[in-house]
Formats: sequence, structure tokens, C-alpha cells
Amino acid sequence: MIGTEIQNGYYQDYRRFENTLPGRKVPWLARLRSEAMERFMAHGFPSSHEEGWKYIDQPPVKRRRFQLAQAECPVSEDDLMPYLPDDHARWRVVLVNGRFAPLLSRLEGLPAGVTVASLATTLEHEPAMLEPYLGRYAGINGHGFGALNTAFMNDGAYIRLGPGAIVREPVHLVYVASGARDSVAHVRNLVVADENSQGTLVETYLSLDEESYFTNVITEVISAQNAHLVHYKLEQESARALHMAGIHIHQGRDSHYTACNVASGGQWVRNDLNVVLDAEGGNCTLNGLYFTAAHQQVEHHTRIDHRAGHGTSRQLYKGVMDDHSRGIFSGRLVVHPNAQKSDARQTNNNLLLSEDAEAISKPQLEIYADDVKCAHGSTVGYLDEEALFYLRSRAIDEDHARSLLVYAFASDILQQITLMPVRANLERRLANRFLKGCAIGGLK
Amino acid sequence: MSGPAEKIRRLIKKKYPAGFVTDIEVDAVPPGLDEDIIRLISAKKNEPRFMLEWRLKAYRHWLTMHEPTWAQVQYDPIDYQDIVYYSAPAGQEARPKSLAEVDPRLLKTYEKLGIPLREQELLAGVAVDAVFDSVSIATTFKDKLSELGIIFCPFSEAVQAHPELVQKYLGTVVPYTDNFFATLNSAVFSDGSFVYVPPGVRCPMELSTYFRINAAKTGQFERTLIIAEEGAYVSYLEGCTAPMRDENQLHAAVVELIALKDSEIKYSTVQNWYPGDEEGRGGIYNFVTKRGACRGDHAKISWTQVETGSAITWKYPSCILEGDNSVGEFYSVALTNNYQQADTGTKMIHIGRNTRSTILSKGISAGHGQNSYRGLVKVLKGAMGARNYTRCDSLLLGDKCGAHTFPHIDVHNPTATVEHEATTSKIGDEQLFYCRQRGLSAEDAVSMIVNGFCKQVFNELPMEFAVEAQRLLSVSLEGAIG
Repeated sequence: MIGTEIQNGYYQDYRRFENTLPGRKVPWLARLRSEAMERFMAHGFPSSHEEGWKYIDQPPVKRRRFQLAQAECPVSEDDLMPYLPDDHARWRVVLVNGRFAPLLSRLEGLPAGVTVASLATTLEHEPAMLEPYLGRYAGINGHGFGALNTAFMNDGAYIRLGPGAIVREPVHLVYVASGARDSVAHVRNLVVADENSQGTLVETYLSLDEESYFTNVITEVISAQNAHLVHYKLEQESARALHMAGIHIHQGRDSHYTACNVASGGQWVRNDLNVVLDAEGGNCTLNGLYFTAAHQQVEHHTRIDHRAGHGTSRQLYKGVMDDHSRGIFSGRLVVHPNAQKSDARQTNNNLLLSEDAEAISKPQLEIYADDVKCAHGSTVGYLDEEALFYLRSRAIDEDHARSLLVYAFASDILQQITLMPVRANLERRLANRFLKGCAIGGLK
Repeated sequence: MSGPAEKIRRLIKKKYPAGFVTDIEVDAVPPGLDEDIIRLISAKKNEPRFMLEWRLKAYRHWLTMHEPTWAQVQYDPIDYQDIVYYSAPAGQEARPKSLAEVDPRLLKTYEKLGIPLREQELLAGVAVDAVFDSVSIATTFKDKLSELGIIFCPFSEAVQAHPELVQKYLGTVVPYTDNFFATLNSAVFSDGSFVYVPPGVRCPMELSTYFRINAAKTGQFERTLIIAEEGAYVSYLEGCTAPMRDENQLHAAVVELIALKDSEIKYSTVQNWYPGDEEGRGGIYNFVTKRGACRGDHAKISWTQVETGSAITWKYPSCILEGDNSVGEFYSVALTNNYQQADTGTKMIHIGRNTRSTILSKGISAGHGQNSYRGLVKVLKGAMGARNYTRCDSLLLGDKCGAHTFPHIDVHNPTATVEHEATTSKIGDEQLFYCRQRGLSAEDAVSMIVNGFCKQVFNELPMEFAVEAQRLLSVSLEGAIG
């Protein structure tokens, strides 16, 4: 195969590690991996001429050759604790540099019918459980990052909520990078929610140092009839981290999926969310908040496919950009023929705080059915002068008034968060960021 | 509902009223495109050297380009060697001095289209430049306008009479390297209108150009250039029709507007090229590049378009807001019925301080029509206090059509305020029921609701055109209701 030097490097890695990957003897899995590698060799990384990839002149991950992350686990509970002030969850899965860390994870006492396990272990011992789902929804036909992840698919979280299983407390997935300099972790998660099940997932991505590394994660979520899932993804990595996430959600009849993505860390963060409402009555809500500074670039690309009637989708993404940073939102909503009575709304609001900050917004509607209600809205702007005046006239000085308004803008998303510890943590982070030295209403 | 359904079926059969052919001898070049054809076109028009060189530069650049594929439209590949790039009614080599000398068959054609050139000359109101295939056959009111220093003439005449103006402004807004179709146009363009309004002059009447494609297998490539000097004002209208034919014909025009300090250009289009039949056969491919530049402070450019014709429309009238406090506006109604496809919208580039832009787009899809709005609002770093408001509404009539919205917002300045809003819906059953209950037929009710939906845009059109547009809309919609 002919590829670029970097592609060939990854290909050599693949040949070298192919036989150490979990489940290597399972034929369908081996085929999935090798097809993905072929796809990657044939197409490589997306070029900046491709729609959706044109905002980075030179994607930082394309030029660099990352080594596969190492398996040893140098992190102890004490190292981790300062980064998890809200370690509230009863069940916790910790992955260090993309590998399951059993000593740091807590999985005792899960309700009946619920599985939370390492993907590598499951691939090794019970691959048949994964066959109907794994790789079926993410596909390998997307961009090179997805194919690369599938080829090197190794570890991650496997969560299964059996029929009727209700997990009342959240499952916390913590992804830690430590001493990961110039390495890449291809994390793969699979979440299967069977009929009438309910659960909440919280994903937190952390760095224990300031190294530059790359996280390439794919999460597949399959939600069966009347399943209810709430999925938080909190991106809090170091200022030099690179992060690419592909989240693929497939929804069955009357299922509910609520996502909340908060991105504040990382040098380049990209979240691709693809939702397919495949049966009638699917309901999905995607919320996002990104606040960026320095030279950060945060991108959210969503695509929602209303394939069946009576589906509802809601999107609200808010961005606050400071310094030289850039926030990008591109949302595509497709209502297929016959998906009548679809109801979709898409909103993206951006606030620019500095002269060098940039906001790019592309909310898109593609509608092939007539009896639908679809709307989208997008704004970019600065703080409202009248609101500022209102606060100033109440004896709040200008800096504080501005901080308060920015905080208020961002906290819209927080109101949608129903999981209290997550909300409190985010409120604290936001207050630290935007209410510097401002002691109003007990928020400090 | 059998009564109204029957009526509707009858209405569907209604033919495109402008679809007749005028039988006239033509002077055409052979089909195909190479440097010789370009030299031939240039020679036919007796053009100065700089024009020919410009055309050849464009042609050589065009050979290196690829046809764009990003638009939400589908069509069979175009064979550029099968198109006749120049066709003119015979005997027009010496341009007639007055209407009396114009071939009566041509005048008849325009009369049939509802543009009686002679009457319009008498009943003061609108000055018309009539473009038939590749040449302009008549321009009315030229003398009266020239008293005020206004130049309103066919492009080919402007090249002869005012080469300094043409050379100064041609290609400064849409360079010959701009895009595939604009570059093709730069190489082969035949005629179009040229307008120059001197400083401080307010053009006393509407200027208008009526484009007609008549010959078969011919492409129309017209080029329009409008210059408004400091403090000038001009309102310009264009209308277009073509005969009904089974094969597709290409129309690739370029329009450049230049508004200097304190001037205003209002550009209105009622586009009614032949849209193809109900099976989607034939029709015009309307691939047009329109762009205006507000070069001075307080300049204003306003685009209003009513797009009801063409098999495929690919068109993005844009504004480059360079001067401080300059204003760009875009008002659009696009209707697609049967198998028509439209991918249209605008670009607003904010460069100067306190520049403002308004975008109002109304898309109506019926039958198997596909209608897309595609827009870019870009605020550059120095555009302090820039302001944009965008509203795109789509109306779906029928369950086989599609409506798409692809806005693109790119802001590099924190003091800018940019808003975009879009909705997509069908006509509510309650709305229809309300009208039906008050004795309106289903068609009248829909027609009334659609007219209401488009009213904000029609209000921007000059009076005569607004009436024309409303009528056109209801004719185009006939057969779509049910």
C-alpha cells in the first residue's frame, strides 16, 4: 500500500501490534480491523479541502506521528484525587492512557442485568456479546480518524443496561492521561441500552501533566425501545492536549437520549456527534458549552438524521471565545422523506470576548418531508450594552458587570444539567473562570 | 375533494406562457469552444485589443478549472463543446438607430412577452434594453438619459464608446479567475447592459433589461456592469424568459455592481427562464455570478430577486461592504415546482466599520422541487460594530419536495452582532381551514397564504414588478396545490 510517511508509520505499527490486540483470533473482529486499516491507508486523514475540515490550515494531528500509548499504569489514587473534586459516583471506571485501570475503578454492587467492564476484557473473553453492535454504527466509512480507531481498537468501556434495568446513580468514566507525551490512545466505548432501561453516564477527560498527546475516541451508543440515557462528556484536558471524539448514537422507538458536552480544555478538541432517530418517537437533546482562551480551537459537528416520523430533536450550543481562540459549530439536521411530524430545533449562540477571537457557525437544515416543524437560529455577538447599563446603574462596576453577564450567558447550559454534582462542579469552574474576584450571590 | 382535485389537474396542464419560439434567421458561430471562437466573437463585436486579451486570459484560466460540485443540485454533465457561444438575429450588424428600424418580428416577440417596447417609449416610465440571444436589439430612452449624463447602453456599445470606463471597472468585483462559470463567461460573454450614473445624479426612471434566449443549443452569457458614482442613485430591473425545449440550455451571466461613496444601487430580478416540463425535461441551467462592491462610505447595494423559472438555479448575489457605514441587502423569493432545483443565497462580507446587512430569504418548494438557501456572513477583523440580520423561511407544499438551509457565519470581530434565524414548515391545516370556511377555494387560499409569506420581499420590488411577481408566483404554483 502506498501512503504518506505518517500513514506508513501507522501501518507498520498496525502490523507490529496486530497480534497483541484483544480478540485477535475472532474472525469478524480481525476483518473489521483490517478493513479499517485498508480504509485508512486508502484515504488517510481528511484534507483541509473537505467540508467540515477546512478551519484548520494544518490539522495538528495530521503532521505529527504519535506512538501508541503504553500499557503500564503509573497513576495512583492519590495522584488522581486532586483532579476529581467531585468524585461522587458510586461506580467509577478509570482508564489511564486509554487502558482500563482495575485498581482505580469501583464496580461493586451493580444492579442485576447491568454490565460495566473493560472493552479489552470483553473482546478477549466474550466477543459474541459485542458482535451485533461493535463497529456497526460508527462504520469505517467516515474520516480517517474513525478508521484508525477501529484498526487499533483495544480498550475502553463496555456498558450494557439489560432489558428493564434502571441504574439510578451515574456511572463515571474517567480518562486520565499521564506521561503520555507524543502518544495516541485509541479509546473505544460501547454503550448498549436494552428496552426500557435507564442510566446516566458521565465522562471526564483529564491530564495529570502538561504534555502534548492525542486522544482519539469513538463511542457507540445503541438505545433500544423506550430506553432513557443521559450522557455527559466533560473535556478538561491540558492546554496542549489534542482530542478527537466520534460519538455515534442509534435510537430505537420512543427512546430518549440527552447529551451534554462541556469543553474547556485541550489545544484542539473536536466532538462529532451523529444521531440516527431510526424508529418513531425518538427524542434526542444535545447541549453543549465551550469556553476557550489562548490559541485553543474547539469544534462541535453534529448530525441528526430523522429517519422515522414523530421524532423530536433539540440542540443548544453556546460558546464563549477569548484571546486568539476559535469556536466552531456545525450542525446538520436531515429530515428524511416520510419522517413526518418531525420536530427539530437547533440553536447556536456565541460570545466573543477578544478582538482576535473567532466564531464560526454553520447550522444547516436539510428537509425532505413536508409535515415538519424545523427551526434553527444562530447568533454571534458581544455583551448587550443595555444589560451592562442595567447592572452599572445598580452600582456594579464595569468589570464585574461584564463578568456577570458572561457567566449568565454560559450558565444557561448548566440549568439543563440535572445531575447535581456535575452541575455544581461546572458552576464552580465557570465562576473561577469568569467571576474572578467577584463575590456576588455567594458565587466565588 | 374531487372537485378541486380535478381543477388542479387541469391547471397542472397549463403551459409555460413564454415558451414560444420566434422564427428568425440567425447569425451564429459554430458550436464548440476554443481560442478561435473567442477571437471570432471578439472580432464580430469589433472589440479593442484589451478586451480580446482579457477574454483569452480568462479562457486559458478556465481550462485549468473544474466544475463545482458542492451545490445541492443534480444534473447531467454539460458538454461545453456542444454549445453555440454566439447567436444573433441576422441583419443586426449595424445596430438600428431607433425602434423603427428594428425587425418587427423581434418587437412582436417582446410584445407577446408583455414588454411592448414602443408603448414603453411613449408612456414614460421604464427604460428598456432588450437582449435577444447574444445581442442587444434595442435600448429605449437613451437620449433622455444621456441629457443627465447617464450612460445606459448595451455592453458591446460601451466597449466601443467608453472603453476607459470598461477597462477601469470590468472584472474588479468578479475577477476573471473567480469561479468556473464566471470565468467561462469572461471568455465568451456576448452582450448585456452597461450603466454609468455620474456623481450626484438620481436616475429619474427605472432602468431595465429584458433577456430572451431564442435560438436552440445556444448558451447565453451576458455581462452587466453598473457603476454609481458618488451620491448617485439607480434602480435596475431584469427579466428573463426562454422557449420550451427538451434539451437544457446554459445561461451563465455575470453582474458587477460598483457603488461609490454615498451612492445607492437597487438591483431587482424577476427570473422566469423556462423551468422544464412536469417530468423535469428541458429547462435552463441558470448559473449566475452576481456581486456588488460598496467601495465608498455610506454606499448601499440592495438585491431583490424573484426566482420562479430555470431547471436549476445556482446563484448567490453578494455584497462586499468595504466603505464604512455601507449597507448590503438581499431579499429573495425562490420557488421550485415539478423537478426544479434551486441553490441560492448570498454572501455578505463586512470589511468597513459599522457596516450593516439584511438577508431575507423565502423558499417555496412544491412537487419534486428542491430548494436550498446557502449563505455566508463574514465579518473581518476591522469591521467594528458590524451588524447582520438573517431570516430564511421555507414553505413546503407536498411531501416529495425538499427545503434546505445552509448558512455559514464567520465572525472575527467581537463588536459585531450577527443573527440568523430559519424556519421550515408547511401551510397549516388550520390556516387553510380558516380561509376555506370563509368561502375561498383551496387554490385561492394557498395562493393568498403564499403571497403573504412572500410579501416582505415583494414590498422591496418596484411597483410594476411587484404585480408581475405576484402573478408569476401564482402561475408557477398552479398545479402544486392539493
